[in-house]
Amino acid sequence: MMKNAVTCRDVVVVRGGREILHGVGFDLAAGTVTGLLGPSGCGKTTLIRSIVGLQARVTGDVEVLGLPAGAPKLRGRIGYVTQEPSVYRDLTVTENLRFFAAVLGVPSSDVDRVIDAVDLRSHADVQVGQLSGGQESRASLAAALLGTPELLVLDEPTVGLDPVLRRDLWELFHRLAADGATLLVSSHVMDEASRCDRLLLMRDGDLLADDTPQGLLDSVGTVDIEQAFLTLIDRKAGAQR
Amino acid sequence: MTPRITFAVAARVLGQLRRDHRTVAMLIVLPALLVSLMWWMFTDSPATFDRVGGPLLAVFPSIIMFIVTSVATLRERSTGTLSRLFTMPMAKLDFLLGYALAFALIAVVQALVVVSIALYALDLDIQGAAWQLGVVAVLDGVLGTALGLFASAFAATEFQAVQMMPAVMIPQILLCGLLVPRDQLPGVLKAVSDVLPLSYAVDAVAGVARGNGFGEGAGSDALVVTAFILAALGLGAATLKRRTA
Repeated sequence: MMKNAVTCRDVVVVRGGREILHGVGFDLAAGTVTGLLGPSGCGKTTLIRSIVGLQARVTGDVEVLGLPAGAPKLRGRIGYVTQEPSVYRDLTVTENLRFFAAVLGVPSSDVDRVIDAVDLRSHADVQVGQLSGGQESRASLAAALLGTPELLVLDEPTVGLDPVLRRDLWELFHRLAADGATLLVSSHVMDEASRCDRLLLMRDGDLLADDTPQGLLDSVGTVDIEQAFLTLIDRKAGAQR
Repeated sequence: MTPRITFAVAARVLGQLRRDHRTVAMLIVLPALLVSLMWWMFTDSPATFDRVGGPLLAVFPSIIMFIVTSVATLRERSTGTLSRLFTMPMAKLDFLLGYALAFALIAVVQALVVVSIALYALDLDIQGAAWQLGVVAVLDGVLGTALGLFASAFAATEFQAVQMMPAVMIPQILLCGLLVPRDQLPGVLKAVSDVLPLSYAVDAVAGVARGNGFGEGAGSDALVVTAFILAALGLGAATLKRRTA
């Protein structure tokens, strides 16, 4: 039986008096790469922060690796990449990773492994503030890979990367999944959808679809994900009318 | 709490400061420059300088440390590094103690510089032991650090954090006994000054300057300052939230 790394049921989040998530539910099977797609402002980051246990005022059930989200025992078992590169700009790539490795309590040999994994060997001793945007976000991704976490939650990790790098990173994501990790990768770029094992389509705090890419295309009857997304929105609007 | 993580945070903060020469200069040179300015102002009345010079050794380092550390946790919040750290096995107290430790080390250097200059270059006349003045100056720098970390847990943005300085520190400067001796303040203000940490920081320095060593009063003031430091760090850790809206 396949185990679920993440289980969400009726997740509602209120922020500043407004309901951001209106009862979202889905499962993430262990060892898969799931894309969380939807336009900016649809609640992707709020959902991600609920899963990693940093979001306040979450109701409903969020279970992560068999524990309630945010449980102290989960710390260090989840790799989290925020939308902004969460690394220290006044430290070099290596200094950043050594620090996070020390906090996690993983050997510093792991630093070399993750630098190679994100292809930053040539910039290992450059201060993060002097890197390009794409390099900076790869440095941030590298920190999330330290200690080989069981769940990786990546908020828009491929923004601003060139096509070759994006392809390389998606290959890396699938290698990590093949090794047993579960990945949730958010994006507002629909063309990344085909690279995922499974898709969650979000809009205005609701889940529009939870399917495989092919399953989604078949059920909606379109040839590309963007079209499927639009069709689903139209259908929902029609149903509400 | 994990010592490994506390020390990792402290080492990282020092590593960042190593690259930030201007901030280091601010922290180490500025208190000495300000005390020198006061000395110059009172060239014609060295007795006045002897009276206010000591308390200023408490006031300047704590203000400067307060300003620098009050934005520290905000900076980590806005760049997302605090979010990342909170998904790792880091206790909130690890984070604050790491900062406190790093800045305590800076406070030692700061105190060495400002006390040496005050005593040996500016001829500040004190009755007590120089090393006790140094210890109290370090404590006062750490007090500013701890209050700054505590205040930064309350502010939502760096913009709000810098506004904490006038709100938190200026009333303490007015009431700490530097301008009006505390026992000559109106009753209510005296009572208020009795619960403000900077009052004890200044009392400790003034005590050492008057020749009351750690055995005769200055020691208990220094202990009160230490208690305020620990309380500020503990309350700061309690106020810092893992889960935010």
